[in-house]
Amino acid sequence: MKHFALHHVALFLAAIFTLPAVPARAGETQVAVAANFTEPAKEIAAAFQRATGHKAVLSFGASGAFYTQISHGAPFEVFLSADAERPLKAEQDGLAVSRSRFTYAIGRIVLYSVTPGLVDAKGAVLRRGGFDKIAIADPATAPYGVAAVQTLQKLGVYPAVSPRIVKGSSIAQAYQFVATGAADMGFVALSQLVNVSGGSRWVVPKALHAPIEQQAILLKTGATNRAARAFLAFLKSRQAIAIIQRYGYETHR
Amino acid sequence: MNLVILTTIELAAVTTLLLLLLGTPLAWWLARSRSGWKEIVGALTALPLVLPPTVIGFYVLIALGPQSPLMALLHPFGIRTLAFTFSGLVIGSLFYSLPFAVQPLRTAFEAIGSRPLEIAATMGAGPVDRFFHVAVPLARRGFLSAAILVFAHTIGEFGVVLMIGGAIPGKTEVLSTRIYQLVESLQFAEAHAIAGGMVVFAFVALLSLLLVERRIAGVRP
Repeated sequence: MKHFALHHVALFLAAIFTLPAVPARAGETQVAVAANFTEPAKEIAAAFQRATGHKAVLSFGASGAFYTQISHGAPFEVFLSADAERPLKAEQDGLAVSRSRFTYAIGRIVLYSVTPGLVDAKGAVLRRGGFDKIAIADPATAPYGVAAVQTLQKLGVYPAVSPRIVKGSSIAQAYQFVATGAADMGFVALSQLVNVSGGSRWVVPKALHAPIEQQAILLKTGATNRAARAFLAFLKSRQAIAIIQRYGYETHR
Repeated sequence: MNLVILTTIELAAVTTLLLLLLGTPLAWWLARSRSGWKEIVGALTALPLVLPPTVIGFYVLIALGPQSPLMALLHPFGIRTLAFTFSGLVIGSLFYSLPFAVQPLRTAFEAIGSRPLEIAATMGAGPVDRFFHVAVPLARRGFLSAAILVFAHTIGEFGVVLMIGGAIPGKTEVLSTRIYQLVESLQFAEAHAIAGGMVVFAFVALLSLLLVERRIAGVRP
């Protein structure tokens, strides 16, 4: 008899707590997010919860480390990578649901310095010199680094500049090198400069490097989870796209 | 690859040498002093044990950057910044491995006690003489432990180097950051090979440490 009453109370409480949720059954999904997408992902997850009632639990880290963890059974259901390569590999290795992969954001790079007037609006400083160290993300691990190297090559200054290059392990670190003034300038992500004023910068034209596509994919672990599928669908929504663009990324739509 | 191994060994060797020189007087003071500051300084030297290496690295990056007041002192010598240089890595490693030099030395100096030094003093030995001919031989186990620990610890150093190195081949790229880069770019076979080598090295280093301790303990009367 006691159990029966408890059961009722529990149901009643559960009903109260789920009242704000739109669908009757709110789910939860575990999402692995590339560190460079931390802020927009938080905002998107909040909007997603308001819109659907589902909760996206976000983990932030390096895409490469996430891929390694996912291939060893980490419980992530959705993977928002900083590149296109790792989601593709997850698909090829049978870790993900086929045809669920898409580009959710396209990054832009900026040549940036904390010193006003050092970087001109055309990037001519790269030809002129007059700087000691230039920071880039490591092209071996970060697409933003690959784009930086491509830009230098396209401008024909790579051989001259390469002895001055210092490599951060990620785009976050490349930014740190520049922000602390340890490197005179560096190629950082436009998204890192959204709320940064001052210094001098040159937004690198898209024609100078291959597009920095960040792709998302549904992992096998989340194949039957409605919340996981809903999150990926929401990532393509007009609301999410507005957030993504506000943070200095471009989108296909 | 050979460049990376060479840089790593060079960094560990230079750090070990400098820390034995710098750590010895500090450990001696910590072991012998009766100052009230003693434990505060002792705690400060142990801080790198508990701070995340990336935190140490970040502060070192700021301290060695061109805007730092420390670097302003070096401007007359034509040095604007030490970030992304081998010297910068050495400075970072000195902080990072400091406790591994000071702790074994301090323990060894404390274990001597004051009697042998008092006896030497009554026989007319001066303070310098006492230190080099009485304290150092009696504390040789501490010196060996400190050297092996600092060397092995610096070989495996990661966070600090990652923060202030900039992965310049032949200058600031070391084994641990190379492994990280390989794992991040999904080149697991190469990463395994280096990691395996480092595991073997670390095991041999620690085993030799134990054997050294036993031997020295064995010859003691």
